[in-house]
Amino acid sequence: MSLTTFSLKKSIWVYHLSAGSCNNCDIEILDCLTPRFDLERFGICLVGSVHHADVILATGIVNRKCLPRVKRIYEQMPKPKLVVAVGTCACSGGIFARGYNMAGPFDKIIPVSAYIPGCPPKPEAIIDGVVKLIQSLNGKLTRNKTNERIR
Amino acid sequence: MSQNRKTIIPIGPYHPLQEEPEFFELSVEGEKVSDIDIHIGYNHRAIEQIAQRMTWDQLIFLVERICGICSTSHPIANCNAQEDLAGVEIPERAKYIRSIVGELERIHSHLLWAGLAGHFIGYDTLWMWIWKYREPVLEIFEKITGNRNHYAMMKPGGVRRDIKEEDIPYLKKVLDEAERKIDMITKAVLDDPVLAARLKGVGVLTKEDAIKYCTTGPVARASGVAIDVRRDDPYAAYGLVEWNVITQEEGDVFAKTVVRLLECFESIKIIRQCLEKLKKVKGEIAVKIKEMPPGEGKGRHEAPRGETFHYVRSDGSNNPVRVKVRAPTYVNLPTCKATVPGESIADAAIILASIDPCYCCTDRMMRVVNKKSGKIELDGSKLIKLSQEKTGRLRREFGI
Repeated sequence: MSLTTFSLKKSIWVYHLSAGSCNNCDIEILDCLTPRFDLERFGICLVGSVHHADVILATGIVNRKCLPRVKRIYEQMPKPKLVVAVGTCACSGGIFARGYNMAGPFDKIIPVSAYIPGCPPKPEAIIDGVVKLIQSLNGKLTRNKTNERIR
Repeated sequence: MSQNRKTIIPIGPYHPLQEEPEFFELSVEGEKVSDIDIHIGYNHRAIEQIAQRMTWDQLIFLVERICGICSTSHPIANCNAQEDLAGVEIPERAKYIRSIVGELERIHSHLLWAGLAGHFIGYDTLWMWIWKYREPVLEIFEKITGNRNHYAMMKPGGVRRDIKEEDIPYLKKVLDEAERKIDMITKAVLDDPVLAARLKGVGVLTKEDAIKYCTTGPVARASGVAIDVRRDDPYAAYGLVEWNVITQEEGDVFAKTVVRLLECFESIKIIRQCLEKLKKVKGEIAVKIKEMPPGEGKGRHEAPRGETFHYVRSDGSNNPVRVKVRAPTYVNLPTCKATVPGESIADAAIILASIDPCYCCTDRMMRVVNKKSGKIELDGSKLIKLSQEKTGRLRREFGI
């Protein structure tokens, strides 16, 4: 385990990237950070800029206007780049998959490390996803995938 | 030349303060904002076009996903439109259940906004605090609908689930508790000197401007324009219960906060009366709509942000020919042209947030015209072609 991965395990800083979602996954993510669920007790902190982030919490279908911005945000992120797709839209496009404006889902554009399905996923599910992500950092991190170039 | 050049400050599309992607261009002179321009479309999901391929029942699930925070407002408006088209009257019990869910959503939405407003002005204590007390409302939702958001409670002709007799004491208990907490928050917000200094007299929308920009909902009511679809054109159970329309005269950000917080108490009042009525009114919760006649239907609902309008057109088949949605933010958003210029950059974020914007309801698609050749580069037919190509591709992928 490298030093970065070791330190990452203790305090994951997340960046919230909404790319054409219905807002629900976004408010559930914020809900995770507020006192009832309080993800900060695991050292998880929401940051304003992707330059400081270890993990992107991605929501939404990625529409065609967002697409170049999503790519750019991913490029600006420091390594190791971890992306968690939150919600059915981010995982597969859900009900919007048949629309003309759909450019996603996320794993078509950027490498995704974890999927949290649900419409919207409950905060418990998001916490579960994050805990599984932390566990996967214990050496089992899919490094090849995260270092893949953007398609 | 150089003296006339303005400084442009971009906010967005991905900005720490914003929940959703949207892009504001602030032209500033020193600290003062002189002009503002809005770019939307980062949330456009082609809902009106997808709606044309849905059956009438499926349509409700789609319009529910227009917005996560108004996720019962759009279904109510759409059900109203479909019932208008089919010419059916929903059972009385369904009316009360609709109002209960609608009002619970108003409470959760207004609390959510108040918390985020605290976050926008850097008052994170308020954010954490209010969101903590918003949780009981979501618990009620989970109890009666099975989900914290996206309740799937409405269906054309009534409601999908009944509120059980044995749940009512629990609902009342949680509601009492929530009311005490909201009361505490309201008093704290109204007496807070920091909030008063930061919000009073900021971003004033005059009554004339409110009428000129055709604002709806709390934005209009905070400027002294007493409009409310629930009172002006009663649907569901709003004509059967006692409640008041809250208005303020000032039109600044503080007035908008006051209107929203006081509306929570009116909502609680409505829910209490509806719960009482539910004990007496028994019977069916939905009528069956046998067929959709050709024609058109209109439906309205007072969403937490203002009037939501839905229009459906049918040709007699089992899916709509056209669905049109007009969300409240669509008319409230342009008021930033009246409120933001003249204020300082630091206040711009809270003024923009004060209309409780919901961009995922608002986003529209424009057709793109090449300025030089005058050629339309992306229009309706091309969009349909794109979508057909995609459907074909998906079919090939899944081997259908």
